Amino acid sequence: MKFTWWKIVCIVFLLFTFTAGFLVKVPHVGNLYQSIRNFFFHVPMWFGQIALLTLSLFYSIAYLRKQNIKYDIYASEFAKTGIIFGVLGLATGSIWATYTWGEPWSNDPKQIAAAIAVLIYLAYIVLRGSMNDIDKKARVSAVYNIFSYFIYIPLIMILPRLVQSLHPGGMEGAKGGGNPALSGGSLDATMRVVFWPAVIGWVILGIWISNLKIRIGLLDHKNLINA
Amino acid sequence: MLKEFIKRISGTVTLSLFSLILFAQTTADSNEASMDTTMRSHDKIYVVMAVCVTILIVLFLYLVRIDRKVSKKERAL
Repeated sequence: MKFTWWKIVCIVFLLFTFTAGFLVKVPHVGNLYQSIRNFFFHVPMWFGQIALLTLSLFYSIAYLRKQNIKYDIYASEFAKTGIIFGVLGLATGSIWATYTWGEPWSNDPKQIAAAIAVLIYLAYIVLRGSMNDIDKKARVSAVYNIFSYFIYIPLIMILPRLVQSLHPGGMEGAKGGGNPALSGGSLDATMRVVFWPAVIGWVILGIWISNLKIRIGLLDHKNLINA
Repeated sequence: MLKEFIKRISGTVTLSLFSLILFAQTTADSNEASMDTTMRSHDKIYVVMAVCVTILIVLFLYLVRIDRKVSKKERAL
């Protein structure tokens, strides 16, 4: 196996998340009760998605610079795993919302934006499937991927913070919510100890899965790449 | 030769370990009772944890297997 140490870190961190995440003492916040533990599982999905789609962006740029079909495989597989993470984030969020906000889908700005982001990336897959010419497919989809990333980031990071939102970080009355996941003070100290290993673990797991699919893709296209 | 033997027997050994966590045929003596209460304590949250950890471990084993298979194919080139 390649990068064995990274994979061991991933396994250890996620096993830690899945044990400590259930057992640590959590603060009492609003009507969340024990469901605040979802923070260890739902939020890392989005961190994973951001990491994977950022990698996808870099490889799309690399493709346009070098015109090597290898980078196109990298970009598409990272984007596909990113979509999986996004779908999981939406699904877990809906389950959590049912029992805290009262309904699975309350048209919260962040819910809508995240759903649009997933649709934008699904369109990337559809676009790729619509072309048979491999070079044309790679070039057009690389350009589309770069565009969609710069729609994706404002959609999930900026727009939900400009309006009132059920998610933390929205405009709550006059005060802005800031960046609740990243700014140190707003997250309980014990929760932080579980949360960050969870984020790192899920990011590595996403890269691991993508890496496997990339290697299969490279094997499938080995004639094109070596030529 | 030894490698072959280990390969053949490892599955049996691993699976036999699972018999340690089966309670179907045993009467509850003090030792098992304590294990039982641990799992049932704190509103049975440990049960949920055990289920999730099981899923995670099997997922990892599956990933490692796929990884090994891909590595094998890469070496075969």
